Amino acid sequence: MAKQVPDTRNVGKDAMTSEGTVNRAALAAIFNPEDLNALEMALQMKDSIGTATVHVLTMGPQRAADIIREAMFRGADGGYLLSGKEFAGSDTLATSYALSCALRKINPDIIVAGRQAIDGDTAQVGPQVAEKLDLPQVTYAEELIAISEGEITIKRRLERGSEVVVSPLPAVITVNSSAKECRPRNAKRVMKFKYALATSEMAAADEDTKSFIEQRPYLHIVEFAAADVNPDPEQLGLSGSPTKVKKIENVVFQAKEAKTLTAEDADIESLMVELISSHTLG
Amino acid sequence: MANFFSDNKDLQYHLSHPLMKRIIELKERNFADANVYDYAPQNTEDALDSYRRVLDIVGEVCGEVIAPNAEGVDHEGPRVVNDHVEYASGTVRNIEALTEAGLGGMTLPRKYDGLNMPVTCFAMANEMVARADAGFENIWGLQDCAETINEFASDEIKAKFLPRVSAGETCAMDLTEPDAGSDLGAVMLKATYDEAAGVWRLNGCKRFITNGDGDISLVLARTEEGTKDARGLSMLVYDKRDGGVKVRRIENKLGIKGSPTCELVFNNAPATLVGDRKMGLIKYVMSLMNAARLGISAQSTGLCEAAYREALKYAGEREQFGKPIIQFAAVAEMLKNMEAKTLASRAMLYETARFVDIYKQLNHISQERSLEPEERQEMKFYNRLADGFTPLAKMFASEYANEVAYDSIQIHGGSGYMKDYACERLYRDARIMNIYEGTTQLQVVAAINHVTKGTYLEQIMRYEENPRTEATKAMGEKLVTLREKYQKAVERVETIDKEAAGYKEFHSRRLVEIAGYIILSHIMLRQAAECEEYVAPTKVFVKYATKKITEAYSYIEESEASDVELFKAEALQ
Repeated sequence: MAKQVPDTRNVGKDAMTSEGTVNRAALAAIFNPEDLNALEMALQMKDSIGTATVHVLTMGPQRAADIIREAMFRGADGGYLLSGKEFAGSDTLATSYALSCALRKINPDIIVAGRQAIDGDTAQVGPQVAEKLDLPQVTYAEELIAISEGEITIKRRLERGSEVVVSPLPAVITVNSSAKECRPRNAKRVMKFKYALATSEMAAADEDTKSFIEQRPYLHIVEFAAADVNPDPEQLGLSGSPTKVKKIENVVFQAKEAKTLTAEDADIESLMVELISSHTLG
Repeated sequence: MANFFSDNKDLQYHLSHPLMKRIIELKERNFADANVYDYAPQNTEDALDSYRRVLDIVGEVCGEVIAPNAEGVDHEGPRVVNDHVEYASGTVRNIEALTEAGLGGMTLPRKYDGLNMPVTCFAMANEMVARADAGFENIWGLQDCAETINEFASDEIKAKFLPRVSAGETCAMDLTEPDAGSDLGAVMLKATYDEAAGVWRLNGCKRFITNGDGDISLVLARTEEGTKDARGLSMLVYDKRDGGVKVRRIENKLGIKGSPTCELVFNNAPATLVGDRKMGLIKYVMSLMNAARLGISAQSTGLCEAAYREALKYAGEREQFGKPIIQFAAVAEMLKNMEAKTLASRAMLYETARFVDIYKQLNHISQERSLEPEERQEMKFYNRLADGFTPLAKMFASEYANEVAYDSIQIHGGSGYMKDYACERLYRDARIMNIYEGTTQLQVVAAINHVTKGTYLEQIMRYEENPRTEATKAMGEKLVTLREKYQKAVERVETIDKEAAGYKEFHSRRLVEIAGYIILSHIMLRQAAECEEYVAPTKVFVKYATKKITEAYSYIEESEASDVELFKAEALQ
């Protein structure tokens, strides 16, 4: 599972609208960084089990097909785009519901996702999907240690150390940014998959492109509309989202009074104490 | 996300040159591969789009992996462990990333798992890799040894080695020895045929071998016992998997410290003959060296780019006397000249690469079918230009790399002399570029023939026919007067040379530089006529070229026949 997100790491002055919402037009749409770590871990599973395939599932507007192509350039075999106006306005609950409906249809052996997305930072979708599908979950995964028929061994990154857990399969794994970075796009794969299109993109393409893709089924990104995944319409989109935004506050950092420190041990000591007690350090 | 392709408009511009269309035509041969390989292009547009996308991957790996590793690699360097090279850890990661990105065998045919891209694109990739880490470019750029195998080796050798290069294995060309550097005809490494095993056996020693412990090595060796010159030398391929070669030591160098420069000991190492016996130096090494020289032009251009960017960044941030130093005329002029030299190096590099692409592809086609008369004509035409332009491209780019790196430190002031800034590494790395793969002085020896034979003059006259715009007209006229000076200089030197032998040799660098400056100016001028953004840097370059030409010209004008004697140096007794 992956998500296309606005690039909040490179925020310019136009990043927010005057209403205090994210100005998506001013921010580049990128592959959510931890989902790339997740893709790498999935590809490692594929590397160790020769016959496995990796498919990317994403929910979003048509342009979210970009991250499926990106994943194919990096090693994924294909993908599913879950798209439609019914999904608009979904919070994490509605999102995980929609994704779990699609996953029931796809029926994978392992589900891997990034820990959290850089736009919402909730880290809720992965675990919620696991609950909805009644699957075991391994969160904060940092390293794939072993995988075999029906069992996976994962090293988890915790606040004060790490632990190794073994989980039965199928399971949901959510991956930390401390895991191995995703492999780069591969030249041949880029040349092979660059014309891959999702169903609705294909509908808008010219006849030549359509027949070109029809002759090459691997270029077809499967697209699910809401009706394709048999959901309860009440649980989708806005109506399925109990989260309500109460208030948005613009936080403006202001320079406060400066503090002058000398190089004396005592001053440095008190600074250390202050930073540790405010959890800036440690 | 740093990307050395998407952040470099000039590099992208060169990919859109009109000759690329012809190159793709020759490279793809009616796009027949599209029916066999799922990654082959359908048409010209498709091919160009694929080139752009692949170069974008190279740019990203350079910006995100190789450049951040460069400093660590420079400090750590490679070492010898159990007679073999162990790369610096950053080098290992660089190779891993490029291999994962599938960037081995960039120019090789698809039947050997290659990407079938033109030499021009490979040079672009090399340039970006060198901008990220010049020393690492040496290791990665050596995949053009595979191009030599593809051109001259048997199908059997190609099938054995080329897919391995495509899969990311590294190469080396083992040419020089302690007593055979610039003079490769003196190579003594002995090759004897082992009838029983059906292989050649190599015995002896090689020195100054870049990436000497690479997976696949092309070795220049003496197969003809009793001979002493170039005619007794053949080219062989050695497979590291077979064993028999030990790395005795790695040189401790001024720069490009990540690139292992090895001394090798061959002890009955098995090897296979490439092509015909006795043609090793005469034919194959010449081809290998020409490709390598283009590689150094790319490396030098990448270094110019890196050094210029470092200087530009620093000059904009560093404040003295209450303002950024970039606002001082002396600093700004240095920066403008650095920019012009970088652009001119690149313009010359890709002009040459395109010539190489066309004649090499026609040559490949000629091995499959006989060429039409006009194709033969075309091949001859571009072959001559490629031969003439390669030494110029190598000489100018590598000298500029040194000059730009020098000025980069100058702009950094005292800080630039410290190890804290990248410019000191760039300066050390640049110093080898006008030395290896033939010193600048040897490039002059290769280029002076084209002064005499008129290759340069003919091409200059062709450039003079290029369309001009309002903005480029005056510069075009200026270049005509400079060309007339060039003709006068050549005439004067050739006349005096008849009575004072050695006079032409004495002035050869000056003549080659005059021709080179006019050619570089013309290529820049063509760009300026096509694209507004090039007008200002072209003006800067033409001014600089005029100064350099005037200087060389007046030296020749004042020079007497007796200068030949005056400048003879004697060795210490």
